[in-house]
Amino acid sequence: MTTISSHARRARAIERGLFWVFRLATYFVLACATYIFLDIGIKGSRTVFTTTPPFLNVPFLTEPPQTLYVFDYEGRKLTLSDRQFRDWQAANPQAVVEPATVAYSAGGIWPCIVGTALLVIGSMALALGIGISSAIYLSEYSRNGRLIRLVRIAILNLAGVPSIVFGLFGFGLFVIFFGWNVSLLAGWFTLGLMILPAIITASEESLRAVPQGLREGSLALGATKWQTIRKNVLPYALPGILTSSILGIARVAGETAPIMFTAAYAMRDEMPWQISRLSDFVFQGVMALPYHIYVVSSKIPQNEYTERVQYGAAFIFLGLVMLIALTSILLRERTRSRLSW
Amino acid sequence: MVSLIEMPPTASTPALRGAPTPEPIAAENMIEIQELDFAYGTNQVLHDITLSVPSRAVTAFIGPSGCGKTTLLRCLNRMNDLVDSAQILCGSIRIQGIDINAPGLDVVDLRRRVGMVFQKSNPFPKSIYDNIAYGLRIAGITKRALIDEAVEKSLRSAALWDEVKDRLNVSGYGLSGGQQQRLCIARALAVEPEIVLMDEPCSALDPIATAKVEELIRQLKTRYTIVIVTHNMQQAGRVSDHTAFFYLGRLIEFADTRKIFSNPAQKQTEDYITGRFG
Repeated sequence: MTTISSHARRARAIERGLFWVFRLATYFVLACATYIFLDIGIKGSRTVFTTTPPFLNVPFLTEPPQTLYVFDYEGRKLTLSDRQFRDWQAANPQAVVEPATVAYSAGGIWPCIVGTALLVIGSMALALGIGISSAIYLSEYSRNGRLIRLVRIAILNLAGVPSIVFGLFGFGLFVIFFGWNVSLLAGWFTLGLMILPAIITASEESLRAVPQGLREGSLALGATKWQTIRKNVLPYALPGILTSSILGIARVAGETAPIMFTAAYAMRDEMPWQISRLSDFVFQGVMALPYHIYVVSSKIPQNEYTERVQYGAAFIFLGLVMLIALTSILLRERTRSRLSW
Repeated sequence: MVSLIEMPPTASTPALRGAPTPEPIAAENMIEIQELDFAYGTNQVLHDITLSVPSRAVTAFIGPSGCGKTTLLRCLNRMNDLVDSAQILCGSIRIQGIDINAPGLDVVDLRRRVGMVFQKSNPFPKSIYDNIAYGLRIAGITKRALIDEAVEKSLRSAALWDEVKDRLNVSGYGLSGGQQQRLCIARALAVEPEIVLMDEPCSALDPIATAKVEELIRQLKTRYTIVIVTHNMQQAGRVSDHTAFFYLGRLIEFADTRKIFSNPAQKQTEDYITGRFG
């Protein structure tokens, strides 16, 4: 009797204890996420939003990064950007000041937004094009043999390669061997290759989820394999493929390691469209948000003036990724609502 | 009594009917299967099948589950090509004299000429109109008037026109089970095949829907050669002109349906039909 009750008591104690372990683990995750979002949200919104109309820090979004000049003049403390400082000097030619300069901490992050957008568009186009084609081959055309199994294992392994290794690979192959230098093209291929396994795996799953009856029905009407795939398989697999590309976009936009050797500049004065020849477009390096955050957080001396751009950039970055994800989700829902079985 | 399996039924039918019948075309054999052995990998599922399917008539394949009747049906439009391990070990299938497994044969053209209706109705997730138009569009027909005409004609042939003519733009999934199956039949008819293969077309339908599809099959046989696989012996009796009984991958008996059901030559056939096994 006593043994049973003590056994039952222990079971109950374990039950209660584990309940709290699970519960606290969940709360811990929640607390971390809340802290990160609140920290970036509050500190970032100080940079991104203003208290006066239009309530949005437009220069931060539309100007390139500039050096911040900090100095005292006639008892007032002035913090001016590069351009403002030159205007101020022109207006006060007699003034002699010894400004302290803080790199990248004035102006905005416009070139980084543009650069990240270009990197995402190019690498996703590349990855979706190659990834969906190869998923179609694997799921619709190939016969299950040893070679195909090997290909699948290779794809899975590719997914496990650390992103910095992709960066070094891209640097070695595209930047040095192909001689593309630090360029959009090298970045597209490096990021595209990095995301390829995820796209292939997810696309293949979506293709396999399309009922076999639709393929047979189409083939039985005298459709070729490609007609069947294009008209009766791919459209229904597309929502699933889009879902996988949502994650792909967030990852491509967020990775720093693959682009730091292949595509990203710490600072570039010209915008990507300020090129002399059209063919130069893909061979130019760009600024990118994640790399910019890395640079302003760890490559310049930190002081009270550097926080502004760090949190501002992180805030915009989070917002952009969320926006992209939201667009993809809406797109997926719209595609999905048009079909049902 | 002479076993019908030894005497090709198509050789005997014209003699029975006399020379100038209203359907002399029935004398021709649309499909000739010769000593066919078929396997999935190492598992041989069809053994030495020799069978002639007459034109413009309904031929039923009956037999217990796993007897190979569906596999044989899927050989006729080479649907088994989709199965990696499927292979014909020996024998041949000729449709209108042409070996359909000959290298270089255009499978796409074969499948256009040999339509198929599946066990599980499989309308495409498109409108009723687009379901029917699908086969025409992939064949390269783009003229709206031609497609309109074919849609109406095939829906009428499938006895579905009156039920759906006001909602052609509604998804095929909005139809009832029986209507979906008739939509699939209409879809198969739209490309004007010569042969229509039906793989247990009524297995998922209620008796009323089944009766409609059966009535449809009886009407269609004046224009098409129909091969129907069915589990339901009453159905075979109701709709077919000829019946082939399969057991364990072998053709046991092939004869006139009336003959099979009233006076089968083989003991196994009789046992199956009377419900003693199967």
